[in-house]
Amino acid sequence: MSDFAETTFNEPRKKKDAVSKFNAVAMIGIPLIAILFQVYVPQFIKYLSYLELPLLVTVYFSLMKRSPVAGVLFGAGIGLAQDSLSSHPLGMFGIVKTLVGYFAGTVSQRFDVENPVVRLVLGFFFFFFHQFFYWVLARALLGEALEFDPQQTIVVAMLNAAVAVPLYHILDKLKITG
Amino acid sequence: MEFLLNRYRNLTVLLLAILGQLVLLAYQVKSNGEVRLIRVWAVTAVTPLARAIETGRSGLSHFFDDYFVLLDVREQNKRMKTELDRINMENQFLRTELDTADRAKSLAIFQSRSPSKTVAAHIIGNTTGSGAKTVIVDRGSTNGVEKGMAVITPDGIVGKVVDVYPTAAFVLLATDPSFAAGVISQKNRVHGTLKGQGGNKAIVDYVQNEENVEQGEWFYTSGDDGVFPKGLPAGEVTSVHPGKARKEIFVAPSGFQNGLEEVLIVIEGVHAPIPEVPSSNQTVHMQAPPQDPETAATPGTPAGAPLSDADRLVEKYRQIGEAEKHVWGERGRGAPDFNISLEPKADSKLEPKADSKLEPKADPKTTSNPPHPQQ
Repeated sequence: MSDFAETTFNEPRKKKDAVSKFNAVAMIGIPLIAILFQVYVPQFIKYLSYLELPLLVTVYFSLMKRSPVAGVLFGAGIGLAQDSLSSHPLGMFGIVKTLVGYFAGTVSQRFDVENPVVRLVLGFFFFFFHQFFYWVLARALLGEALEFDPQQTIVVAMLNAAVAVPLYHILDKLKITG
Repeated sequence: MEFLLNRYRNLTVLLLAILGQLVLLAYQVKSNGEVRLIRVWAVTAVTPLARAIETGRSGLSHFFDDYFVLLDVREQNKRMKTELDRINMENQFLRTELDTADRAKSLAIFQSRSPSKTVAAHIIGNTTGSGAKTVIVDRGSTNGVEKGMAVITPDGIVGKVVDVYPTAAFVLLATDPSFAAGVISQKNRVHGTLKGQGGNKAIVDYVQNEENVEQGEWFYTSGDDGVFPKGLPAGEVTSVHPGKARKEIFVAPSGFQNGLEEVLIVIEGVHAPIPEVPSSNQTVHMQAPPQDPETAATPGTPAGAPLSDADRLVEKYRQIGEAEKHVWGERGRGAPDFNISLEPKADSKLEPKADSKLEPKADPKTTSNPPHPQQ
């Protein structure tokens, strides 16, 4: 087995109990900043509207807590907060991010989520899943004729994944050690 | 049961969370109800933060702008001391120009001139979600803003208020796919519905292929949607071509031309007429009337001067009167001799020739009952 496979698949078993802890201020403040960023910054830098920071933060905390239940709670909380600042009914982002949080929490028990490559792949996958599932929900539950462009979504997912790696590295500094 | 819940604890929590949100969603969709309290909390919590960030950003931006402008002016003064007076005048001119171009000022001018009652608002953020076409403005129900009010700039329509909170309101932009407004074309008065397309473009829908709409033509609000007062610019047609069922008309919304920072919310709309298409100042060529061969041969007659048969008859009687010293209309003089031969005059406009045309034959109708020239 290669080194990469060794560190990716076997390390997590060793680190299984290594649940990261965060300051309560960071746990509330970071999602709030992420949502504020999405509300405020694209007004001046239009292309940053493609950056789904609340999703990246949901994935990060779900991965670091290594618990599907924590992921569900994070996802639902951030999603509902995002919904309340949108013009569509409450629950759309909530449901999608709940699922993302759950799957991220589940995945964290099997992979070394501190590996940058794993983070890049998970960032890409969860963004694509988020956008696709939101589109499905909007069509199925609200009957909205939204367009889903897979090629564009893949490109934007790659950009989000590329942002996720350094962002997670910065967020790692906020972990409580010891 | 307890064993199952413990064994499938994660899945149970997931299902409960999703079920709860589905019920919340179903309640809102079915009853068309709002979970207003949660939204009011969220918006009220975010608005002061967004406003504080915006104040900090604009303050910082103005500080650096002023700093660099000041440096630039100082350097300019050093370089051009000899031309100080001229520079001062130039500066004054530029300052005036800048002031005039200032967005807030032009908005205020427009606001004061607009017949509609409006309230100025500042855009403090976008709503969440990628590709969102809804923005948040810093005026809410406390400022008299209500759901469904029109949002405009001096350049045209921007969108409409979709949600109102005490300190802020959500504005659905005209480029959002769910946006619609009644519009009418300026030139041919074609009615249609302006619809957003995402991105920065919009279409005018429900226009039949038979209708005449031209590229470059302007669309104005028609006032029949109950949101926008009539006569506000909506956008210019960028392309138009016939579609399968209806015409496909693409429009560049005019309200977004100079970026969006400040907007006006129409509190009380007043309908205005659609401006007329400015008439072109091209001169219209008019062909000269056909010349009578009789008058064309006359050297004294100006070319193209209109001469009718009645004119010629009047002229003839005038000459007969002169020749016989007859005063037309005088009592007791009787009728002159209409059969005398008239000498041709060089300065006469008519220049009658000694031909049969100016020497009318003894037509009993004419001679017995001559028309009076002054009648």
